[in-house]
This record gives sequence, C-alpha cells and structure tokens, in this order.
Amino acid sequence: MTLRETAERLHLSVRCCDDGLDRVVTGAYTGDLMSDVIANARAGNVWITMQVHLNIVAVAVIKELAGIIIVQGRQPAADTLKRATDEHVPIAVSELPAFEVAGRLYADLFSGA
Amino acid sequence: MHTCLSPCGDLMMSPRKIAAEAGKKQIDILAICDHNSAENVPAVMRAARTEEVTVLPGMEICTREEIHVLAIFDHDSHASAMQSIVYDRLPGKNNADVFGLQVVANEDDEVVGIQERLLAGAVDLSVDEIVSDIHALGGLAIASHIDREHSSVISQLGFIPATLRFDALELSVHISGEEARDRFAPYAGYAFVRNSDAHFLDDVGKNTCEYLLARPTFSELVKALRGTDGRMVCEG
Repeated sequence: MTLRETAERLHLSVRCCDDGLDRVVTGAYTGDLMSDVIANARAGNVWITMQVHLNIVAVAVIKELAGIIIVQGRQPAADTLKRATDEHVPIAVSELPAFEVAGRLYADLFSGA
Repeated sequence: MHTCLSPCGDLMMSPRKIAAEAGKKQIDILAICDHNSAENVPAVMRAARTEEVTVLPGMEICTREEIHVLAIFDHDSHASAMQSIVYDRLPGKNNADVFGLQVVANEDDEVVGIQERLLAGAVDLSVDEIVSDIHALGGLAIASHIDREHSSVISQLGFIPATLRFDALELSVHISGEEARDRFAPYAGYAFVRNSDAHFLDDVGKNTCEYLLARPTFSELVKALRGTDGRMVCEG
C-alpha cells in the first residue's frame, strides 16, 4: 500500500510533499517520544504521533520513514512544514485519535481487508 | 545558554565569542548548558577570565521522559561528574547532517574535537533520578522552559509531581510574567526564572532575569532561588 492510498482510506489531510505519496508503506510506528521512535521505528514505516514540533522531521529523515500522520486534528508548526518540505517528508493530519488511526491502518495493511 | 557543542547551537557560539558577547552586554552571571554535555564549559570559563562575567558550569539534560532539566553547578568538576553519569546512559551516535555538528572548542575558539554521541537524544534515566543526581553533586536542578509544548516537565507529565524538587522553573521568551502567574498558579511556591537559552550570539542577553545578590556567585544564586538572607529573584 502506498502512502497515497493510506491517505485516501484514512481520509487524511496531506499538508506537504504530495510528490512523496507514492512511497510504499511497510508498516507503522506509534510514539510521541523522539528517543523511542529513533530506537524502534523501521525504514518505510509511517509514523503516527501527536507531536507537531520541528524535531519530528529530523527523526523521520534519520529513520527513513515513509511519512508522518499527526493525530487528533493537531496542526504541524509552520517551521515543521517548511523543514518537512525541504527534506521531502510527507506530513498528513487525521482528525482521529492515535488508537483509531493505528487500528484502521493495521487492518488495512495486515488483515487483507 | 548553549555553545557550538549543542547540535542546535550555532557554530559562532564559541567560547571566546560567548565571553566577549556577554561582556559587551554587561551580563554578570551566566551558565553554559549544552545538551547532555559539559565539554565546552572549561573553555568558556577560561575565556571569560578577561571579562567581568561569572560563568557557571552546567548542562541541559534530556531525561528518559524527554523532559529538559538544567543542571547548574558550583565547580566544573561537579559538572564533569554529572556528564559521566549522563554519558554512561546516553545511547546513539550523532548524525551531523540531520542534527548539526557538535564542536568541542578551546578558549581560543579552536576546534579540539567533534563529539560523536547523540547529544540530541534522551538519557536513560528518569527525571527523578536526574534531579536526585544533580542535587547529590550540590547542583541546582531547574525545569527548562515549562511553558513550551514539548520537552518540558508539564508537556511531558502534564503536571509537576510534588515529589520532584526542582530549585526553580524556567519560563521561555514566549510567555509573559502575567500569563505565567496565571497559567502556573498551582506552582506559585517555586522560584520562576528566565534565561536566554541562546543558541545564537544575537540571542545572548535576551530574556534575562534579575537577581538581588551580594556577589555574582553560585552560592548567592542558590540563596536567591530559595529567597533566603534577603537574596531574591526580581519579579519579571
């Protein structure tokens, strides 16, 4: 499944880097501590988080994540979007809480639904 | 403030430049608090000898919960001891392209090394352990920028547990004194301080705090934060 399909199925609002949406999503990681994501996320994962600050882009870059889904309708900071654009990290927003985003994404990726 | 050692610190934040800038702006007392390291502290202290500035050794530690805590000490040896504790539990290697260079410099602003540890990372110690270790070394533990939406004790825990004995709470430049008094009313018993948190030379001397002290020293600062013997943090 590509990030584009994920965005459509989960009704995400893509905030930047439309041209990065054809990346294949290998899985997902949920977490709000940078150190945890750095330690445990895998390349190609989409990152589900409530964090909106600039540092999430650096983490996505070093872990080669497919993109970032920010939950609960939280809005990425202006400097976060600018850095994400510069670094080609797609960021999308879901109005849903993390549990529901993760549940739906898991079902889409692994349940053959 | 930070030096060029912090990955987010500008490369112009070198020891001699910092000392000169602080002298020019007539700053009486400052603390060097790089992320998870105190390696540039001795150089700034030496560079500041020709200026009328007291430089206190310190560091800004990122706890396991990703809470930033300022550790400020009386002697460089105490900061060094805290650094050993931190380094022992700080995993990961820096990626300079992503986080920034981590430059160790001497008092002549010469590069003496590059720190490879991930100083932007979190130390595998809880905030309680960090505060306890700082106090055991005779230092001050100050909760960094408590008004910020990330990396602050309040953003990470939602509140400040009564068992967590910070010596002061730091306010960033983004909140006024009045707003802080209102928003942090439950913590009115704490000393509130401001620091520049400068990462760039231009920011040295911004968001300053006035203290009523007999002398610009660590022990005087301790008294001011406790409000003892007539020393105090002046309202801001």
